[in-house]
Amino acid sequence: MMNLQVQVRHTAAEEALLSAYSERAASLPGDERTAEKREQAVEILKKGLPNRRVEAWHYTDLRRLLSTVPAFEAATHLEQREPLLPGSVVLPVLNGIAKPMQELSDVSVATVTNELTDGSLAARLALAGTDDAIGAINAAFVTDGFALDIPADAALGHPIELQNVQAGGQVHTRFAVRAGERAKATIVERQLGDGAALVSSVSHLDVGDGAEVVYLIIQEQPDDARHLGQIYVKIGKDAKLTLFVMNTGGKLVRQELRIIAEGEGSEFRLRGVNLLAGDTHCDVTMILDHAAPHTVSTETIRNVVTGKAEGAFQGQIRVARDAQKTDAKMACNTLLLSDEGGFSSKPELEIFADDVACGHGATVTEIEPAHLFYLMARGIDEKTARGLLVKAFVAEVIEELEDEQVVEVLEGKLDAWFAAHG
Amino acid sequence: MLEIKNLHARIAEDGTEILRGVNLAVKPGEVAAIMGPNGSGKSTLSYVLAGRDDYEVTEGDILFKGQSILEMDPAERAATGIFLAFQYPMEIPGVATMEFLKVAMNAQRRARGEEELKIPELLKRVRTAAQELDMDMNMLKRPLNVGFSGGEKKRAEILQMKLLEPSLCVLDETDSGLDIDALKIVAEGVNALRSPDRTIVVITHYQRLLDYIVPDSVHVLYKGQVVKSGEKELAQELEKNGYAGLIGEAA
Ligand SMILES: Nc1ncnc2c1ncn2[C@@H]1O[C@H](COP(=O)(O)OP(=O)(O)OP(=O)(O)O)[C@@H](O)[C@H]1O
Ligand SMILES: [Mg+2]
Repeated sequence: MMNLQVQVRHTAAEEALLSAYSERAASLPGDERTAEKREQAVEILKKGLPNRRVEAWHYTDLRRLLSTVPAFEAATHLEQREPLLPGSVVLPVLNGIAKPMQELSDVSVATVTNELTDGSLAARLALAGTDDAIGAINAAFVTDGFALDIPADAALGHPIELQNVQAGGQVHTRFAVRAGERAKATIVERQLGDGAALVSSVSHLDVGDGAEVVYLIIQEQPDDARHLGQIYVKIGKDAKLTLFVMNTGGKLVRQELRIIAEGEGSEFRLRGVNLLAGDTHCDVTMILDHAAPHTVSTETIRNVVTGKAEGAFQGQIRVARDAQKTDAKMACNTLLLSDEGGFSSKPELEIFADDVACGHGATVTEIEPAHLFYLMARGIDEKTARGLLVKAFVAEVIEELEDEQVVEVLEGKLDAWFAAHG
Repeated sequence: MLEIKNLHARIAEDGTEILRGVNLAVKPGEVAAIMGPNGSGKSTLSYVLAGRDDYEVTEGDILFKGQSILEMDPAERAATGIFLAFQYPMEIPGVATMEFLKVAMNAQRRARGEEELKIPELLKRVRTAAQELDMDMNMLKRPLNVGFSGGEKKRAEILQMKLLEPSLCVLDETDSGLDIDALKIVAEGVNALRSPDRTIVVITHYQRLLDYIVPDSVHVLYKGQVVKSGEKELAQELEKNGYAGLIGEAA
């Protein structure tokens, strides 16, 4: 007999997700193991999307904010885009379908569809918890994506761009990158398109011992798209990872970063730039585990908020009992350009080791009128002067990426955003 | 060139009146010195000229080249040729000095309908001007004024002035913070800008600067009004006797 007490009154969006699953389940790629994970994910969805009373979703009431879910749309013709960084090899996923690409000599590439079909991806479809709504939506519907394997000691001569382009409807994709021991690579994960899509995209990044990886997540969805992203990261012994996350679009955005510094002596840098305009809601949530001794991390988030935009950064750092000599520094700074926007920052340190150095800080400031006056007194018009000050606020984090080409391209994105919204 | 007529201005935030009917006229080619005790309103006057919105003009007018500038914002005023060398130049973190110079010079050139300068030409001009002021080009790689010493900041202001070629230069205590050699160098820089179609207003407390930049007229500001005007001898007299006698006269 059905237990009426656990019945939830579903929102329109929840209904849409559940009925889409019933319709599509049979045609989704996957063997039995994959199908079982999908079913488990749907069971979580049936309990309803998390609202603000669920701690991890306090700043992003998904149940309220994900007010509608578009229907799946038949694939329209889509072209892949120019890469962010000139000279990159592009691996395009168009409308949720990984497109065959040229062979890569130094990297082996598999499609997620194949991994779903042969069941090898099933373990990774497991959810992070009962509040893992992004994982659940993705596991239920994921169709395709790319998995890269960069061999040990490889030093890629060009960046690789994982390009996820949507044209509306729903897109559920996955990416996986494994960098072998001592490998060196720059990977761009590009999230864009021109439809009012619902996108879920889950990535796994394994940085092998001694490897050095720069991974850039560039989310530039149109203003009416909803983007739910998640990345799981493991960093090996003496490995170095710079994770750069830039959000410049989307109506509703959540980027979850789940990082484990599991190798002794590993270094992790998170640099985040959130450019929020209109009525965007953007949430970056990081959970970082320092699981081994002598691990170093720095997290710097810079936000520029205008219009009625709202943003949040939740930064949780957990230092395990034996992760002695951990050094972690987290900062979240916001430049508010309008009175109607806002940004919340919630740092959380859970430290179980006794010999560690951990710190965090958060600020919210406005453009300093004296600075604006000084620039204008030299003949620089107000908009340009404001642009210079906004750039000054953000550029510092971008410049830390050191690579001149990357810096130039990202500053270009910043200029373009400011020209459109500043 | 510059005509200040019965100018009243107050602090926008609390309404305190600082300028209480300033009258001052400076001709093209003229160098005018403004002196006066601390707190008499000299910097306020310079800010009001430049268009800082912390102050509200409640009465009177400022005419520059025959036109009222009160409705112009600071950038528009700068484009018409007004330049203020600040008493306390601001440090602006994150804005590279070179980039700032490029944007400022080209913004003004655009506003005047002139062609923008290309990077090599711009660099050449900056290098020449920096050399004349005995400034290290490496300083210009740093963010604007950040970590500059007091004297370096003042020199950087004069550097900007040389590059922007304004027709009205207002120098607010440019001499303070400069060592003796720097004072000479900066004064030479200012003197080099003297020309029949340029007006220079020097705000200072000390005769020493006026030994180098010899003024055509000297004006004393006191409690927000010009209480006395004269020729360069007036400055010497003040140096000797202070303001006491003068203030008595005014009161
Ligand atoms: N923004 C402001 N807020 C509050 N008080 C102000 C402001 N600007 C000016 N004042 C006051 O107005 C008066 C005039 O100041 P101002 O800086 O113009 O004097 P000054 O003649 O330049 O003095 P100094 O010779 O010390 O540089 C002072 O009493 C000052 O405290
Ligand atoms: Mg002053």
